[in-house]
Amino acid sequence: MPQSIDHTEVRRLIAEEGAQPVEVLPAKEFSEEHIAGAINIPLKELGERAPLELERERPVIVYCNDYQ
Amino acid sequence: MSPRAAWRLETLGFSRVYDYTAGKKSWGSFGLPREGTSVPERTAGDAAQGNVPTCALDEPLADVRERVRAAGWDTCIVLNEQRVVLGRLGRKAAASDRDESVEEAMTPGPSTVRPSIGTDALLERMRPRNLTSYLVTTPDGRLVGLVRRDELE
Repeated sequence: MPQSIDHTEVRRLIAEEGAQPVEVLPAKEFSEEHIAGAINIPLKELGERAPLELERERPVIVYCNDYQ
Repeated sequence: MSPRAAWRLETLGFSRVYDYTAGKKSWGSFGLPREGTSVPERTAGDAAQGNVPTCALDEPLADVRERVRAAGWDTCIVLNEQRVVLGRLGRKAAASDRDESVEEAMTPGPSTVRPSIGTDALLERMRPRNLTSYLVTTPDGRLVGLVRRDELE
């Protein structure tokens, strides 16, 4: 079950466990602003691209603009 | 959107999936590193002076005034133990010799901005109001520092 985390835990997971931050918004919004070091896989493309672009051994952190 | 993405990844066999529900708006507002074409080159977080004097509500005001003057400042930020901003001793309060408490002398609830705002946008906010400085805090009210207008212009 996915866990909801805050920014402190995001930083820890990236620094200590090599987590992969993934922005799931469209490419245009990603190009305007994203978390440093994140990659972009829009929600609609997850099924096709995630198995190819993400490492299963490392944690994955997904995010969008806000809680909405 | 991110909860759906997190669950979708689980169906794809990813076992360690986390959802940062607060998202990139919150990330930026804490002054954490961002990239992209719309990210300001310099932000209030970059420009904020973290060494601005601070004091507690229950400190003797005379001691605070002395410390502020010795440090070469004309203002002091009143914080609680969690470094949340409660008020500000402005220039007059910091220079005055009146016998009063920090709580009586401070201006409560000063205006603040988040670290993510660009310095250009911050200047546009300060000029019409003729403000010489602005406090920078995280969304939960913790002090980041003080931005001086003369250092932005």
